Amino acid sequence: MGKLFAAIVAVITLISAGIFIARIWWLPPDISVLGVGIDHQLVETLIASGVLFVLAQLALAAFAWQYGAGDATRPIKIFPGGATPMVVLAVLLVGAEVLVLTFVGSRVWAGIFLSPPAANALHVDVQAEQFAYYFRYAGKDGKFGTLHPDMIDDANGNFFGLDPANDTTARDDIVSASLVVPVGQPVLLTLHAKDVGHAFYVPDLRIQQDFVPGLDIPLQFTATQVAKKEIVCTQLCGLGHFNMRAYLEVKPQAQFAEWLADQEAQLE
Amino acid sequence: MAETSEAPVTPHSDVLAGHGHAHLPPTGFLRKHVFSLDHKVIGKQYLDLALVAVLTGMVLSWLMRFHLAYPAAAVPGLGKIAPGVAAGGIITPELYLQLMTMHGTIMVFFVLTTAPFAGFGNFILPIQVGAEDMAFPRFNMMSFWVTLVAFLVLLASFFVHEGPALSGWTAYAPLSAIGKAAGPGQGTGQTLWALSIAIFCVGQLLGSLNFIATTLDLRTRGMTLMRMPFSTWAWFITSIIGLIAFSVLLPACILLILDRVAGTSFFVPAGLVVSDQLQPHSGGSPLLWQHLFWFFGHPEVYIAILPGIGIISHVLPAFARKPLLGPKVVLSCMGAIAFLSYTVWGHHMFLSGMNPLSATLFSVPTLIITIPATIVVLLWIGTLYGSRMRFTTAGLFCLGFVSVFVSGGISGFFLAQPSIDTYLHGTYFVVGHFHFVMGVAAMFGIFAGMFFWFPKMYGRMLNETLGKIHFILTLIGVYAIFMPMHYLGLAGNVRRYSTFTDEYMKSSLPLHRFITYAALFTGAVQLIFLFNVFWSRFRGARATANPWDATSLEWSTSSPPPFDNFGGQHPVVVNGPNEYGTAGPAGDHLMQAPALAPGG
Amino acid sequence: MAASAMIFAALTSALMVRKGAAADWRHIALPPILYFNTVILVASSATAALARRRLLATWIVAADSRPGTVPAGTGLTWLYVTLGLGVLFVAGQLAAWRELAAQGVFLASNPSSSFFYVFTALHGLHLVGGVIALGYLIWRVRTAGDDPPEQALGAATLYWHFLDVLWLYLLLVLILRL
Repeated sequence: MGKLFAAIVAVITLISAGIFIARIWWLPPDISVLGVGIDHQLVETLIASGVLFVLAQLALAAFAWQYGAGDATRPIKIFPGGATPMVVLAVLLVGAEVLVLTFVGSRVWAGIFLSPPAANALHVDVQAEQFAYYFRYAGKDGKFGTLHPDMIDDANGNFFGLDPANDTTARDDIVSASLVVPVGQPVLLTLHAKDVGHAFYVPDLRIQQDFVPGLDIPLQFTATQVAKKEIVCTQLCGLGHFNMRAYLEVKPQAQFAEWLADQEAQLE
Repeated sequence: MAETSEAPVTPHSDVLAGHGHAHLPPTGFLRKHVFSLDHKVIGKQYLDLALVAVLTGMVLSWLMRFHLAYPAAAVPGLGKIAPGVAAGGIITPELYLQLMTMHGTIMVFFVLTTAPFAGFGNFILPIQVGAEDMAFPRFNMMSFWVTLVAFLVLLASFFVHEGPALSGWTAYAPLSAIGKAAGPGQGTGQTLWALSIAIFCVGQLLGSLNFIATTLDLRTRGMTLMRMPFSTWAWFITSIIGLIAFSVLLPACILLILDRVAGTSFFVPAGLVVSDQLQPHSGGSPLLWQHLFWFFGHPEVYIAILPGIGIISHVLPAFARKPLLGPKVVLSCMGAIAFLSYTVWGHHMFLSGMNPLSATLFSVPTLIITIPATIVVLLWIGTLYGSRMRFTTAGLFCLGFVSVFVSGGISGFFLAQPSIDTYLHGTYFVVGHFHFVMGVAAMFGIFAGMFFWFPKMYGRMLNETLGKIHFILTLIGVYAIFMPMHYLGLAGNVRRYSTFTDEYMKSSLPLHRFITYAALFTGAVQLIFLFNVFWSRFRGARATANPWDATSLEWSTSSPPPFDNFGGQHPVVVNGPNEYGTAGPAGDHLMQAPALAPGG
Repeated sequence: MAASAMIFAALTSALMVRKGAAADWRHIALPPILYFNTVILVASSATAALARRRLLATWIVAADSRPGTVPAGTGLTWLYVTLGLGVLFVAGQLAAWRELAAQGVFLASNPSSSFFYVFTALHGLHLVGGVIALGYLIWRVRTAGDDPPEQALGAATLYWHFLDVLWLYLLLVLILRL
């Protein structure tokens, strides 16, 4: 029985690790500036923990193979050195890994969430609701109109609750159902939710952030390639959660400017 | 923790309940089998409850898996049972989320908390410390019945208008706090959910209190703290964690209920527009719910897994026929894990909009907690080295536990790092991770405990052949289910989606189908275990007092033990629980209490 | 008790977080009867301590001189007084609620009133539990044969002091934060 168990564990371990190594299922290609650091960090963690995984499982399998009760005369042996080498090994190996990962990882994290927004960043206001996203650009004046939750009226297209009649800054606000951004320019999103918690996840950008009702949460990224990708919700928001998504359209600078001009023209 | 105080000389009888010195069992059927004060009956009741709950939870997961693999296909018969939410048997998105919420809630609360902790703990802990019963038998009985009521309240939500809650087992506010405007099931269903969990907390608080008092006050002569078996230590530490965790979740649930039914605004901020209606709430904080919930929620993971760690540390040496390597180190690690479990709750909230700096602060203890966990794993593997392992089913489940605990623990490395979590959070990687470490590992601990203690509980042996077949197939099955989930997560496959519409994640469908087949297969394999348990309960081979040549006190008394556990005698403990591989009168081990002392 | 303390610690931290998050925090005037109730509860704690001392003293004397039955003496009377004061405190808290309700301040009126009601209700529930425990203790003392319920006495009076301290703490939180 011990040998059967050992063989099964060894086979499972090798297949599991092999699929990771072969990259049969893998991350979609990265299209953001910060994604490189995240991918790097992920691969390093994968290698470090992969080695630990394979070693631990194979040691378990080898001992189970070796030390059955079959031979009743064989005396038991205590692991050389007792518990001390185990403790030292665990503390050193894992401790070193913890240190390295924390050090490198917190720099990557800081790059996304703790660095000040770039001066030339494009500001987009994002509202999530059951079960859609709306994106708002400030328009010509560069200022966002004030939000009035009591004036939200989906039927008439006033998703944000703007008050153009009394609020001049709101009159030129552009509202779009997709997030259109220029390639290479930093984008600063302000996330706020209309009803319940949602999330903003673009696997290709390697970023994810919750929308929390009552909070305005900043999120920044810079896309490096022209692309059209899906933005999906990862925070359970109700029955339409599975179908809540929008498109991220990364356009060349010129085409983006064209799109923006088009949108402005439609307002007038 | 390493205190070695002198154990009390005589076990006290129950203090508050006015229990006399009666050693005779009650005679009425109700008192004996239903409203019993006997910790052994209560332990079995908890295990039976967990068995019903785990089967319910498993059927729910089958429905979910079926729908994920075949979104357009009808589940045979479902259209008749639930025409409202599954017309023609096709699972609707809201039904999927309700199944998922109930699956998570039932499994976490009513299986992983009740079986390894309340179930085995109740039956075994008093015997292992040499007590006649728990410190407060009446509280103990209440604890079970309160828990049963909580379970029934939760099940009742299947039958109310619009069905059970759909907001997941974490019930994030404001989705959970607003009421039925937020979606189907968010009306009565969600209220019942919160009520059920609040009741459950009361039951577990009573239970934890009892475990702590029993461990501290009712140890028999010679049973110093350091001579307590690892399983008793684990239950003791778990009950301390539980006491703190459930007393945070309880008020959180009360506040949630008030937000829902009394119109308060603890968790709901101003200016929310739900279903075109401006909500009357103002000034609440959704993050407050997350903080309260995860301050309970993360320790809850250890409430599920620490008894497993204790059971493995207790059972493995009995089959390896040698002492556990580094017993004091194992105890220190359990203590360290328990302490650290209260410092890491924020790692569930890296992306929730709390201060990004705190993510780094929460990340460090989360990574550090892997150190004691790694040490324990290495000590188990080191114990196996040079052993004369008896590959019984219980022993095999111990080894299986080590394997899945490693697999589940290692993926935690990824999620503990905020920078990687920005990619993997909310994907199947997380689902694979916690199912391995909290679900499968804890279940393997339960299986190991079941095969180990079944003879003591029912006086009959479980069938070993069926047990081994069940073990091998289950081991293969769980890897086939949960390992591929990590691949899905790497590919960016989001969890909690009932279907993947449009082109989004269409490419993952074949892997989802594979997981579904594996889940149905592994579920079917559990029928072997179910049959084994029922058949052996009545027809299994008679068990001797100590079929495994184990050392702890439960093996010094008959199988099953008499009503007062030791037949009016008080065992006197002279050895620790870890004396394997030492020649003694009983063979290659020394009993904790070599012979029962005469009654007194 | 540790569990209860934790429940209220969690609630207090919830209150802090909630206050930090809220723009709509409004002060509510605490009903003056609360201070009267506080005096009653502190007094009941004193009578509980007195009852315990008297009972223990009586039991020791009885055990020395006259084994068989244990008299209760004046200690029992003080237990009744404690019980009465406990009931009076609960009644006083209910009066405080009525006073607030008469002012139009209800559970959902504003965040501070929500916390006020939750705190006082949970403490009240604990106190009702304490009253039941006291009642049980009195029954045990009255029916005690030659086995005086020393541990039950210790546990019940300790719990009573705990409720007292807990209330003082809550009152402080309410005064400082609401």
